Amino acid sequence: MVTFLTRLINGISLGSVYAIIALGYTMVYGIAKMLNFAHGDVIMVGAYVCFFAVANFALPPLAGVALAMLVCTVLGMVIERLAYKPLRQAPSLAVLITAIGVSYFLQNGAQLLWGSNNKMFPSFLSGDALSLLNGDLRVSLVTVVNVVVCVVIMLALTWFTSRTKMGKAMRACSEDKGAAQLMGINVDTTISMTFAIGSALAAVAGVLYMSSYPILVPTTGSMPGIKAFTAAVFGGIGSIPGAFLGGLLLGVIEIFAGGYISTQLQNAIVFAVLIVVLLVKPSGLLGKQIREKV
Amino acid sequence: MKKRIFALTMAAVMTVGLLSGCGGGTTQETKTPDNSSGTSAAIKIGGAGPLTGGAAIYGNAAARGAQIAADEINAANPDGLQIDLRYEDDAHDAEKSVNAYNTLKGWGMQVFLGSVTSTPGVATSVEANNDHMFYLTPSASSTDVLGGVANPLTGTVDIQRKDNVFQMCFVDPNQGSASAQYIYDQNLGSSIAVIYKNDDVYSTGVYNSFDAKAKELGLNVVSVTTFTTDTQTDFSVQLGDAKNAGADLVFLPMYYDAAALIFTQANAMGYAPKWFGIDGMDGILGVVGFDTSLAEGVMLLTPFNADAEDEATKNFVKTYQDKYGEVPNQFAADAYDCVYAIYNALTEAGVTADMSAGDICDKMVAQFTAMTFDGLTGEGMTWDASGAVTKSPKGMVIQDGAYVGMD
Amino acid sequence: MNKLKSMSPATRTNFLTYAAVILTFAILQPLSAAGKISPTLQGQLVPVCAYVVMALSLNLTVGVLGELSLGHAGFMSVGAFSGAVCASALQNVIPASGLRLGVSMVVGALLAGIVGTIISVPVLRLNGDYLAIVTLAFGQIIKSIVENLYVGVDAKGLHFSFLQPTMRLGEGGRMILNGPMGIPNISKISTFLAGFILIMVTLAVIFNLVNSRSGRAIMALRDNRIAAESVGINVIKYKMMAFVISAALAGAAGALFSLGQNTIVASKFDFNMSILILVYVVLGGQGKMWGSILAASFLTILPETAAMRDLKDYRMLAYAIVLILVMLATNSPALKGFFARFFRRKEDKTEKGGAQ
Repeated sequence: MVTFLTRLINGISLGSVYAIIALGYTMVYGIAKMLNFAHGDVIMVGAYVCFFAVANFALPPLAGVALAMLVCTVLGMVIERLAYKPLRQAPSLAVLITAIGVSYFLQNGAQLLWGSNNKMFPSFLSGDALSLLNGDLRVSLVTVVNVVVCVVIMLALTWFTSRTKMGKAMRACSEDKGAAQLMGINVDTTISMTFAIGSALAAVAGVLYMSSYPILVPTTGSMPGIKAFTAAVFGGIGSIPGAFLGGLLLGVIEIFAGGYISTQLQNAIVFAVLIVVLLVKPSGLLGKQIREKV
Repeated sequence: MKKRIFALTMAAVMTVGLLSGCGGGTTQETKTPDNSSGTSAAIKIGGAGPLTGGAAIYGNAAARGAQIAADEINAANPDGLQIDLRYEDDAHDAEKSVNAYNTLKGWGMQVFLGSVTSTPGVATSVEANNDHMFYLTPSASSTDVLGGVANPLTGTVDIQRKDNVFQMCFVDPNQGSASAQYIYDQNLGSSIAVIYKNDDVYSTGVYNSFDAKAKELGLNVVSVTTFTTDTQTDFSVQLGDAKNAGADLVFLPMYYDAAALIFTQANAMGYAPKWFGIDGMDGILGVVGFDTSLAEGVMLLTPFNADAEDEATKNFVKTYQDKYGEVPNQFAADAYDCVYAIYNALTEAGVTADMSAGDICDKMVAQFTAMTFDGLTGEGMTWDASGAVTKSPKGMVIQDGAYVGMD
Repeated sequence: MNKLKSMSPATRTNFLTYAAVILTFAILQPLSAAGKISPTLQGQLVPVCAYVVMALSLNLTVGVLGELSLGHAGFMSVGAFSGAVCASALQNVIPASGLRLGVSMVVGALLAGIVGTIISVPVLRLNGDYLAIVTLAFGQIIKSIVENLYVGVDAKGLHFSFLQPTMRLGEGGRMILNGPMGIPNISKISTFLAGFILIMVTLAVIFNLVNSRSGRAIMALRDNRIAAESVGINVIKYKMMAFVISAALAGAAGALFSLGQNTIVASKFDFNMSILILVYVVLGGQGKMWGSILAASFLTILPETAAMRDLKDYRMLAYAIVLILVMLATNSPALKGFFARFFRRKEDKTEKGGAQ
């Protein structure tokens, strides 16, 4: 029982990190309708910025996070302006490949700028938040912070997209860009804004990811990028609560698969579960069933 | 319609142009060694390693270590044989490593410093063997690189010995069995857990031989778990398994990046067994920002120690730090030793820069199996016809953030 | 030339594609045999052929069928490992290396085709990005399985074990596939000629499929599934046909690739490899076979050229920039318009010139 609970907590801990990344991912994915494979690498940049701010310039951690958010927001908007905006009318696959190019660019740029050596991310959040059953069951502070931040971001995003003018514009763009434009919505600004928010979330995700798994290298972002993409699809593309749920489940399944079945097949089992879920619910857990019309 | 024909013709012209252009451009290059090696007194030494991508840290370390050695040699022997060193990127990929090797061959390479990592090493060693090019790898430690070693499962030799290939590092099985032996001799743990990286040739190779030796010695291995590149973040399952099985010593045959995460996470879950690592663990103290107290008491078998007090190591570490701002790891040290070992052998065998790669190889093989070499990673190193190096691993333990020898 | 003009545009494009491939081969083969090309290019001839076939086969799924696949490397992996195991096991049975290579490629194609059939059942029930992620998932699963598979051979035949090498091999037995360590001792039997033949076969298969009744059904599905379904086209059947043929061709390419390498490991055929192949297809143009051939050759050779190697540390950064710029140049309406104007002006001039 203790083993089960420990694994559950570990799963939620891992899942909350996936969820945070997936929230940013699904934001861009749902509104700009593009698979932004460079999202993981924006996370990496955010982590590096925070690392240098704290380790080299001795800024307080929160200032480091703020700086990382600022840099990533600007980076996200620049990338959108230079690489994605010219392709707004192009087929979606062309944008996908450009995103991959941007991903290579960021990874190799990071290696040139900051070297290939491992950096150990400073731990802002160490220690346990809860200790139950004579210390057999521990919930670390990082996990609690991750889950709380996740829920806050999820609620804020839900509020933003359903209540504010900009948020409504985003949803309109996601439904139909042409019609949105006719309604007087500036599609370019809206999508640029989406990237700004998505990238700022990436910076937060980068810092939280690093707090849990503190080895920082230029390729740090690629694996969580794929996992977050999986989580976003798992929960239903474009669904904000779906990304949260998808991320958490992905983490729990991964830990349970490794713990109860085999660490060698951990990844295979995660993806097998994903396939089964998509067969039962073809548009993800909380995704909208869209009826196709001729 | 016109456009399509135009596009297709362009396509055809471009393909041919590209390919023949490539061919033409580089044909000249293949010829250069004949012209240049006759006039200049520099011998061309090439190396290949991951300079980009996830394994870039190892390739860059090796390339830098080798460059320092080459610069020192060239500065010290202005009138003697000079070294022209060139490293090419293989992104830790067998296919690209052969491309890198071929590029170096086109450049006119006469001695090959080998691949830095094992899988590319297996690929390039075959090519070098076919070309009869002398091959000394700093750190590709798989026995498949050397060939001629029996598969532990079947007892048959699947890969014939490649007689031109030598290693500077310990070969994987030696590390695994030496670790098991060491743990047994020193009675370090009563219940042992192992965590290894399942998709990594180095880690799996060491584990397999550790496993065989542990069974032979009757070590009590209570938990064996794995991870892969894709799951190299969360170790709670592996550590939980080891903890629940009551392991008091955990053997970690892996590189230090994963180990650093394991130490951090074990600390967070309040699990403090003895840790035992291999040479890949070296470098953990050099990770920028690593809380060295987490690695307190970690034992490892390593040939190189950046904190060693001898003059050669101190100089090397200082030069490396001045030049690259980092503490060198064992990859850098191995590559540094490789260049010196090659240079010593070259001069002792009387090799001159105008010799062909094949002639140099014959002389070098004879020289290597006969000579003794003192370097940063060991003293009195010797090689036999198997290509494996004989040097004694140093048992180290980390105390107060520094290596201390243990005997 | 008149004959060429009287052909339909599609037939002419196909004809010219064959011609360009044959011409390229006819130029390169003698140069290669005479050792007139650089060692780097020499070493890349076989892999380039394999990547070209990979791009062509993926183009069948992405361009002709219109479904995004992010796990194409999985089929290559199946073909690569089954082909290499087959060639190794048959070493003494079929001494002629050309025949052994042929048999291995057929085995690779068959196995990849079977895996493709199994996968297509769940995959083709989904649409769009959901389909894409399931192909990604299968790619990852195949990688994990191959990574934990051990194959040995002895007098009694092949022996398999999973997760741990537990099989007992008889006298004279040897391991072929060592789980994560892959196959360390492949004897290279792939040749440029074999690669060329495989490209021609692939082109023939794809062109004939596209120009057939089935091909038109597949393209109708791509353009409007519901309309196609309403005129009685069997969606699952035709989708499956394209998907399985695509998988089988990728399997053959995998066998060609692995038998041209000294060693292969499962992790080679990962998500990045799938993406790499997808880049060739999109860059070359969806549904344009000559584009795939060109893009695959160009992007495989480009990072290895002397000019790129000379960039040293900046090589992969330059590669990324080239990739982005090419995508922008070929897809941005603004730039496209610029090029179109540029060419039109030229054409106008020549036409005027002709009139005078």
